[in-house]
Formats: sequence, structure tokens, C-alpha cells
Amino acid sequence: MKILIVDDFSTMRRIIKNLLRDLGFSNTQEADDGMTALPMLKSGDFDFLVTDWNMPGMTGIDLLKAVRADDKLSSLPVLMVTAEAKRDQIIEAAQAGVNGYVVKPFTAQALKEKIEKIFERVDG
Amino acid sequence: MESQSQLHNNEEFIAELQDCAKLLIEKLQGDQYQEASQLIHSMVEVRDRHIFQAVGKLTRGLHNAIVNFHVDADLEKEPPTIDGSDVRDASDRLSYVIDLTQKAADKTMDMVEASAPIAMNLGQEASSLRDEWARLKRREMTPDEFRQLYKRMDEFLGQMDTGTEQLNKNLQDIILEQGFQDLTGQVLKRVIGLIGEVERDLVSLVRIAGQVEEITGLTSDADKLVEAAAERKMEAEGPQIHAVARDDVVSGQDEVDDLLSSLGF
Repeated sequence: MKILIVDDFSTMRRIIKNLLRDLGFSNTQEADDGMTALPMLKSGDFDFLVTDWNMPGMTGIDLLKAVRADDKLSSLPVLMVTAEAKRDQIIEAAQAGVNGYVVKPFTAQALKEKIEKIFERVDG
Repeated sequence: MESQSQLHNNEEFIAELQDCAKLLIEKLQGDQYQEASQLIHSMVEVRDRHIFQAVGKLTRGLHNAIVNFHVDADLEKEPPTIDGSDVRDASDRLSYVIDLTQKAADKTMDMVEASAPIAMNLGQEASSLRDEWARLKRREMTPDEFRQLYKRMDEFLGQMDTGTEQLNKNLQDIILEQGFQDLTGQVLKRVIGLIGEVERDLVSLVRIAGQVEEITGLTSDADKLVEAAAERKMEAEGPQIHAVARDDVVSGQDEVDDLLSSLGF
């Protein structure tokens, strides 16, 4: 499974990459903003998108909306991993079609559970 | 202090006007129109003098507040270029904090990634040797196999020695890397101080602006303020530091999950 990790902090990208590798997912790529991520997704054959919310160019929520609006990408599973914890935003993400929402700081267990849940739903 | 002297001036001003007004009525009642007219003239002068004094004070106050901001800028340019200021200083320090924490995180993760294989290899070899040792205890081993085990054990003890030495060094380096917190803490304290100063200076300016509004009779645009407040409600805020105290914010993954499932997601 090919995964794209999007976050403007390289430390966080590295942490998520490490955790994914521990879970058995070693085919990962990275982008530092929604702006750079979108073309990668469009031309890239990714199976899963993990994205932050706050990014300077294009935010995670706008990236999510762009993905859902694109014919080729509309059913791409998307997990948001973000520090944003306002109710309004969680609801906005859910209504925009996010498949999972993990708040920072998070545990390896939380990440694992959300990923398993997403792919359970996709397969089933 | 300043406001008390302002109050005193206001009282004096009002008292002068009242005296003139009384005198004006007397003159009018006594049909002394020329003197009445002169009185009106001097009342206008009193009012003008009062305004000039107040404006003079405000100008001085404004000048002081601006000087306190320590802004080193070229105001001729459009937009003005800022070469140095307390806020610029605070921003630089915050960038430094980002830089330092980034480096510490990277170095720590490097140490962890270097240590993981060492620990894994030692573990695997220990596990395998344990199986061999169990066979030996059950007397299931041939002399040849025993000689191999003997050699392997010897090598393993050597690996343990160098391996654990490296692990201990890595662990210690990780501890040392956490020293960033001391440096960033000091820098952040300074930034908190700078922000406090800027806030105080801004409050001075706001007070002066309020006094200007009083004199010129301007009122604030209440509608615009309400609109701005509503917009702020929907904005992203970054990590929550007072999550427990706020009711528009969730604290922790469990509350996120509860919220989503309560809405059917």
C-alpha cells in the first residue's frame, strides 16, 4: 500500500513514517503542504492519505475537499492527524468526508486503531 | 496621575464656562449686547484653548508611546519597512526555538533509530543461544555442537559488551539532547516579557486613541467588531492549551471519537 504523509513539520512526518513502518507500511512518500501534495496524489497511485490540518499554502481541510472533488481521487481513504481540536472543525472534516480523525499528541495505539478501522470499512 | 490632571483641567474648563455663561445671562438681561457679544467671543477662546491643551497633551503622550515601542523603521516607504523592533526581536527568538526543537527532535530520533537494531540483534542472538543452551541442559548436544556453542557464546558476550556500551552512549546522548528545553525555555521567557511590554505600549496607545475620540466626538464602529468576532470563531487555532476550560473544544482522542460517533460518522 502506497501512503502519502503530508505535514509542514518534518519532525511529525518522520514520526508518522516511523509508526507506519512499525505497522508494516514501508511504502511511504512525503509532502510538506497541501499545495505540493495534490499534484503528487493526482499523478501518483496512492492508496492512503495521512494529512495535518494547519499548513501555510493549502490546509488539510482544503486538500481533503479537493481530493473528494476530484473524479480519480474521490474515494481515497483520508486520515487527518492534527492538533486542531475544536468541535466545529472536527464536524467540518467529517462532513467533508474524512475517514478518520486523530488529535495530537497521539499514541501509536490510537494511530493503529484508526488505520485498521479505515481499512476494515474499505474492505468490508 | 495624568487622568487626574486632565480631570482637574476639565473641571476648571467647565467652571470657567459656567462663570461666563452666568455673566452672559446677566449682560443679556441688562441689554448690554456688545459686552454679551464679547463674552461669547471669550467663551469660544476658552473652549479653543482647552482643546489645544488637550491635543498637546495627547500628542506628547502619543510621542512617548511610540518611542517606547522601539521601532526602527523607514516610514517613508510604502509599505513602511521595519528594520528592527521588539516584535521583530520576539519573532527571531521564536524562530530560533523552532530551529532548536527541530534539531533536538531529529538528533533524538537518530539515536533511537541507531539503537533499535542493536537491541534487536542482541535480543535475537540471545534468544537463539537460549534454545541451544536448553538443548545442552537436556544433554541433547554433540561435542561438535558444544564447541560451536562455546564459540558463539564467546562472540555473543563480546557483542553484548560493545552493544550495550553503544546503547548506553546513545541513551545518554538522548538525555543530553533534552537540554534544548533549558535554552528554549529561557528564550521563550524573554519573548513572554517582550510581548508583555508590547501589550502595555499598545494599551497606552488605545487609551490615547480613546481620549482623541472623546475630543473629536468619534464613536467606534460596533457592527464591524461583532463581525470580526464571529469570523474568529470559525478559524483554526492550533493546539489547545486550555481545552478543559472551553466548551467548544474537545480534549483527547476519546472525546473526538465520541463526538464523531454521536453524529453518525
